[in-house]
Amino acid sequence: MSRAVTHDSWPTRILAVLAKEFVQLTRDRLTYAMILMIPVVQLLLFGYAINNEPRHLPTAVLVQDSSAMARSTLAAFVNTQFFDITHEAGSVEELDALLRGGRVQFALTIPGDFSRRIARGEGAQILLEADATDPSATGAAVNAAAGLPAKALNHDLPGGLAARTPQSPPFEVVVHRRYNPEGITAYNIVPGLLGVILSMTLVMMTALSVTRETERGTMESLLATPAQPIEVMIGKLAPYVMVGLLQTTVILVMSSVLFQVPMAGGWDALVLGVLLFITGSLALGFLISTVARTQLQAMQMSFFYMLPSILLSGFMFPFRGMPEWAQTIGQAIPVTHFLRVVRGSLLKGEGLETLWPSHVALGIFVCIVTALAMLRYRRTLD
Amino acid sequence: MSTPLASTNLAIDVQGLNKSFGDKHVVKDFSIQVPRGRITGFLGPNGSGKTTTLRMLCGLLTPDSGTGKCLGFDIVTQSDLIKLHVGYMTQKFSLYDDLTIEENLMFMARVHGLDRRQERVKDALDRLGLYERRKQLAGKLSGGWKQRMALAATTLHEPDLLLLDEPTAGVDPQARRQFWDEIHALSAAGLTVLVSTHYMDEAERCHDIAYIAYGKLMARGTANQILTKVGLVTWQGEGPGVDRLSPEIAKLPGVEAAAPFGLTLHVSGVDAQALDAALQPYRHAPFTWTRTQPTLEDAFIHLMGQSEDNYR
Repeated sequence: MSRAVTHDSWPTRILAVLAKEFVQLTRDRLTYAMILMIPVVQLLLFGYAINNEPRHLPTAVLVQDSSAMARSTLAAFVNTQFFDITHEAGSVEELDALLRGGRVQFALTIPGDFSRRIARGEGAQILLEADATDPSATGAAVNAAAGLPAKALNHDLPGGLAARTPQSPPFEVVVHRRYNPEGITAYNIVPGLLGVILSMTLVMMTALSVTRETERGTMESLLATPAQPIEVMIGKLAPYVMVGLLQTTVILVMSSVLFQVPMAGGWDALVLGVLLFITGSLALGFLISTVARTQLQAMQMSFFYMLPSILLSGFMFPFRGMPEWAQTIGQAIPVTHFLRVVRGSLLKGEGLETLWPSHVALGIFVCIVTALAMLRYRRTLD
Repeated sequence: MSTPLASTNLAIDVQGLNKSFGDKHVVKDFSIQVPRGRITGFLGPNGSGKTTTLRMLCGLLTPDSGTGKCLGFDIVTQSDLIKLHVGYMTQKFSLYDDLTIEENLMFMARVHGLDRRQERVKDALDRLGLYERRKQLAGKLSGGWKQRMALAATTLHEPDLLLLDEPTAGVDPQARRQFWDEIHALSAAGLTVLVSTHYMDEAERCHDIAYIAYGKLMARGTANQILTKVGLVTWQGEGPGVDRLSPEIAKLPGVEAAAPFGLTLHVSGVDAQALDAALQPYRHAPFTWTRTQPTLEDAFIHLMGQSEDNYR
């Protein structure tokens, strides 16, 4: 019998294993789908969604000068394509609130004496305030604004005034970088990491912990007991809430100690945001575990969720730099809203009164995902 | 306890159960009555729907159609109540490998919301001789100990009905015997037991037998009743080389099965005359033939041959 084994049969054996693996792969439809989806999604994201020089950033204006020159200046800002005028504020307070609440990236003020000062050659100024929590979102726009005065009013300056243009610009753009004046990237990235790390570990850990029961057969025993689905869910998730809170503490302490990230306040918004986000991530993990049959599938699905969470949430690339469709997807991702809460509270010191829309969004996510998970959780083995 | 429990002498009473997975009709029009306090053996070949039926009885699977009661509770609408009074032991070990014996039992006690948990767990550990090993991880136990621990976990909440799915598969004979002694002790205390098995010696230790093949109930009754009903005639052949004749004899008309048992050969058929005729050419030296009592195994193999195999 031993003569049947020959040394040159190794390609056959390799082919046999290869064919078997291939067949197994095609039988596991979810893995198959993931193999296709991951490159497609990555290509789409990197190819279209990621824009490091974001344009059309929402801008609020406060125009206290009703002259043609002020209108031309505004038009010049819009023409750079970096600024989209989305709000017209009626007062300084309103303008400030829009910027603080993160509704706009820029606040532009044209003072009442703008055109008069230009006419007199007295060095007119306009104020551009930028929300610099994410330096990469504002950098290019601020540069473009700085180049504006030299050409913005070329057509508007009549006769004698036009003749002066070559010498010195008729006005000056004063730029205030708010919240992160030095443009330190770590300030933006480190709080963002809180969202990414929390969702990566929590989603995956819960997804695995429930799928493990299915895979090892212990789910059958568990289902045969009188335990109700909601009891099982809470019982399985509660330990991970502790894990999440521990991770949050570690990350915040490290941010403060190692990166000197400012802790400007907004603790009420931060605490509620963290709790909502942890709950949402755990519920999502549970939902994944009701779909995945094996731990491997659960792992893959968790990664599938992580991909847009990193790329489309504003963690890695400026949210406003993405095309509209990508922003729409980003709005559906809890990390996006969580990052707004963390950056708003830690860097700007904002509380619940300005950041509440993000909390509402997180709350909606928690409700939807929990409901889906409860619906999907099988009380039987059907 | 609620009234339905006391209202009937039947622990299980189901009619016309059907269950399909995809296009596989696993359980077909299945009806069974199991009286209280008896040990009923649930027998049948692999894939015959035993596990599916047990799972439907304890509410782990919803039947596609059919009605019935388990301990007086409706199996479709009252599975929550059934779960309180039924102990179900899965075929595959389904407790936590990474917990100790004691932790596993404590978990089950808590999940069932039992009172006096410490006491109950200690009692169960003592009764099944697990006390010395209570700090061992379940994953490190051998098959026999795992199965004892599973029985402890299954009986912790003092169920009225035990559903055991091949509890002794892969367990050594001594551990099997101890396990069956325990089952009989529980039965004597008033528990109803439905136990699926492949082992014929275990079938003989049951009060009643239900034989299921390919989703259908084929035979029901005590071991003797089933043997009488099947009405097999079995001849035992002895003599040098008689066991090697089985392929040849099996093909003869009137012979349903010819199986070597050690050095002897068992030849069975339902038609005594046809069987006689078939064996006529072999009734000479060195062979001797004697009528013998057919075994349960002969009967089941006969039943299996009769049943229509819907997987082929």
